[in-house]
Amino acid sequence: MKRREGLAKLMGREAYVDDLTVADCLWGATVRSSCARGRIREVRFGEGFDWGEFVVVDHRDLPGENVIALIETDQPVLAAEAVRHVHEAVVLLAHADRDLLRRAVEAVEVVVEEEPPIFDFRQPPEPAQIQHGNDNVFKELKIEKGDVDKALAKAPVVVEGVFTTGAQEHVYLETQGMLAWVEDGVVTVKGSMQCPYYVQKALKLALGREDHEVRVVQAPTGGGFGGKEEFPSGIALHAALLALKAGKPVKLIYERGEDMVATTKRHPSWIRHRTAVDTKGRLLAQDIEVVLDAGAYATLSSVVLSRAVIHAAGPYHCENVRIRGRAVLTNAVPFGAFRGFGAPQSLFACERQMDRIASELTLDPVRIRRRNLIRDGEETATGQVITDGTDRLKVLDRALELSSFQHKRRAYLDFNDTHPYLRRGVGLATFLHGAGFTGSGEVYLASEVHVAGLADGKVEVRTANTEMGQGTQTVFTQLVTDRLGLKAEDVVIAEPDTARVPDSGPTVASRTTMVVGGLIEKACDDLRRRLGLGNEERGEVLTAALALWHRQHPGEELLGTAHYEPPDGIHWDDANYRGEAYGAFAWATYVAAVEVDLRTYTARVLDFVAVQEIGKVLHEVLARGQIQGGVVQGIGWALLEDFRFKDGAMANGQLTNYIIPTSDDVPPIRVAFLENPYAHGAQGAKGIGELPMDGPAPAIVNAVAAATGADPCTIPLTPERMMSVLEAREVAR
Amino acid sequence: MTMLFPSDLEEACEMLAASDGKAVPLAGGTDLLVHWPQRFEDHGRTFLDLSQLAELRAIRWSDSALILGGGVTYWQTLGDRAVCDAFPLLEKAGRQVGAVQIQARGTWAGNIVNASPAADGVPVLMAYDAVVELVSTQGEEEIPLSEFYLGYKQMRRRPNQLVRAVRLPRRRHDVEVFEKIGPRRAQAITKLGFAATHSAAGWRVVANSMAPTVCRCRTLEGMLEHGSPIRRPEDLMPAIRQDVSPIDDIRSTAQYRQKVFSRTLFHALFSDEK
Repeated sequence: MKRREGLAKLMGREAYVDDLTVADCLWGATVRSSCARGRIREVRFGEGFDWGEFVVVDHRDLPGENVIALIETDQPVLAAEAVRHVHEAVVLLAHADRDLLRRAVEAVEVVVEEEPPIFDFRQPPEPAQIQHGNDNVFKELKIEKGDVDKALAKAPVVVEGVFTTGAQEHVYLETQGMLAWVEDGVVTVKGSMQCPYYVQKALKLALGREDHEVRVVQAPTGGGFGGKEEFPSGIALHAALLALKAGKPVKLIYERGEDMVATTKRHPSWIRHRTAVDTKGRLLAQDIEVVLDAGAYATLSSVVLSRAVIHAAGPYHCENVRIRGRAVLTNAVPFGAFRGFGAPQSLFACERQMDRIASELTLDPVRIRRRNLIRDGEETATGQVITDGTDRLKVLDRALELSSFQHKRRAYLDFNDTHPYLRRGVGLATFLHGAGFTGSGEVYLASEVHVAGLADGKVEVRTANTEMGQGTQTVFTQLVTDRLGLKAEDVVIAEPDTARVPDSGPTVASRTTMVVGGLIEKACDDLRRRLGLGNEERGEVLTAALALWHRQHPGEELLGTAHYEPPDGIHWDDANYRGEAYGAFAWATYVAAVEVDLRTYTARVLDFVAVQEIGKVLHEVLARGQIQGGVVQGIGWALLEDFRFKDGAMANGQLTNYIIPTSDDVPPIRVAFLENPYAHGAQGAKGIGELPMDGPAPAIVNAVAAATGADPCTIPLTPERMMSVLEAREVAR
Repeated sequence: MTMLFPSDLEEACEMLAASDGKAVPLAGGTDLLVHWPQRFEDHGRTFLDLSQLAELRAIRWSDSALILGGGVTYWQTLGDRAVCDAFPLLEKAGRQVGAVQIQARGTWAGNIVNASPAADGVPVLMAYDAVVELVSTQGEEEIPLSEFYLGYKQMRRRPNQLVRAVRLPRRRHDVEVFEKIGPRRAQAITKLGFAATHSAAGWRVVANSMAPTVCRCRTLEGMLEHGSPIRRPEDLMPAIRQDVSPIDDIRSTAQYRQKVFSRTLFHALFSDEK
């Protein structure tokens, strides 16, 4: 099927929020804290401006609670008494002249009496630095199985390792932006977002309004990667507050620099493994500690931590596992949702550790994985028995074969012996990614989907799930045409607008195709049932029945509906972190070939192979694109994207100094899929959006280790870090 | 913001003089217009547009030199086979400045007078012994590029002077090397770089992002002239420490810059591996 949402983007015709023109619209802007922590004493409006011309909003203008509704209620819409991080929003301004507005923002000074901030999430806080509970810990989680201490004490070999990963900026092409206006008493916001109903929930609480008094519409969105999961709630509120006070539409668009410094990032992590193995490399015990820097507010850190700890033991079977995790407050910009959601961090540590164990035992890194990969009937760390029938060894073998792993390894030994300054190596990572919300998450979401049968014989798919580059509209269309035997032009995808579409849950967690797609199929069946048709009736029969129904029911609406119901056999104990963490896992093996230049300490990825079992490939071009894009983002995180902090804020918040890969930094990325249909996903599909973020970093760094004999455990592995790591090992000739 | 549009070079000089040197000459704008919405302090300034002056856009040859007009872009030289054949480092460096869009607008002379220590165009010009031809209502002046910079962002161009041309002597070179080490393979600001040439005029080694200005490395040049024995990159470090003074900044560290300078230079010029 041709991509439905592609052409307008390709031709530059798609109207993103910044392209929308509204009569009599003001520009909005944000005045931020320049201090990491303290009490707000005063807001000074500088000379040289007629402040009466500006719309000025602060926390006193909030009709409802000063809270951005999310899991916790700790984050204010606008800082009132205190600030907790640099660039925290304090005051909002609006004016018709955008240039004047930019200058005005510079002329407003937030005077803060400083209090002691904390920036190092690995250190216990001093009493004066405590800002949450009695230890600054937002969330603590523990998974335990078997007797880890006993196994560690008895084991012939124990390998220890500490791994750290940096923050990462999403760098979506379109920066955050929101347009707000009031229409017939309804506060309406339209903008760049992943989750319209999250935004609606936040608007209701902070504006003190009911469902029907707030309306949220997703504008075409230029990339999200998690960065538009929770953050848009705040900026939507800012735009809405300005519009309410101004009595005019207000457009609030972040410029790139502001977007980079003020929005959420991937959580930095510190992870320690103590692994007990026998001399053949069989895992006897995994003792894992995961610490995440949560930043200044709780945001989604508790669920990011949850995914991090659940994935921390990797795709392996081990009788004795203990995983302890905590997410800790610092006075950094709040860290939030980012593709992979904690799993990339813990899988980087896990897969580096597997190679380090292999090296310690002088075992083949392939063999140690082959020995420990989970087999059907065996349990994960949470006690989930894997019975999906996927041949995980076949996934591994396919990746080895496609990448010519063994051949490359031999050839590179010769190359490395003769080349004066280049060193080549191959590395792999085997991993899993749980699709959809964790544990009982999908039950709480209680997603609903509508498929409307229209009088003109078309059907309209109504969900709150958003297209942001992944091809949602194409896949949804394909699911309907396959199910109902219609042509693509007979399927309309409704604009995600809370006034028109039901809450089908957020566009996150690799759930859109698998979960929402499955609901679309059910809603199609329900539509047929309401037409009195059997499930085998398709195409023209259906179109005729629709026309007949509408003749018989003039002016009425015909809706096929579906509500989420959990698959049988899913039990999750949230208190003890035991049970079925996910309905399904995708399984993968990634292989990277890397060349390290000993003159410049630069690693370059020469070749990349990504093999995964994802249930069912619905649209191969889109699926391949998701994988390749994720691998590129993973290469950036592994080697280039060095997030620099100053007082907890991003010091290199410019695209000239925060380095993402260009096409020239990316090797050929060869993608292969294995299929083993998942009974509860649309057409058998499992999620794939986040999976490709997990594998690149460990595969690449394992390849660097193989190439150089060094032991890098920190990413991004920038040339400067590589220099230290190589000097520690002194392999240079 | 005020824009002045001279119709020829003479008028440009007059406008610049009339502004008391306060007008800012603007050619490609690839430095001056970056982050324009946020550059409040520049919004009230007067700019002198040089981009339409045909006489500055010419690439000419004399018996003894290549003469690049003050408005010649990277893209122009990249498309000129004779230039690329005679001065291959201009091609090598030009291709590594930004991307095509920047190469199409950015000028060699602009790269010189922007006076950034990280300039990618300047090292190769300096390694070819370029001479900067300045002009003003007061007359003409020529300054060797290697003597052009006085300190960080400080140069011998006076505010009323424009770069009329950059002149490169025609010589036979038996060594021509340019290395740009950036944080990624394209579209990046240089962490460190160098150009090196050898001709009858001797060795030239020019480093960028290693000191407050792009500069010649006279000690290294001396070692090359004397054929001092260099067996390992480490043997270059004393000379490097004399010639340059890199710093820790947002893009890299002093230690990395020195070390990688020694290693890339060693493998380019001293090692017998080739």
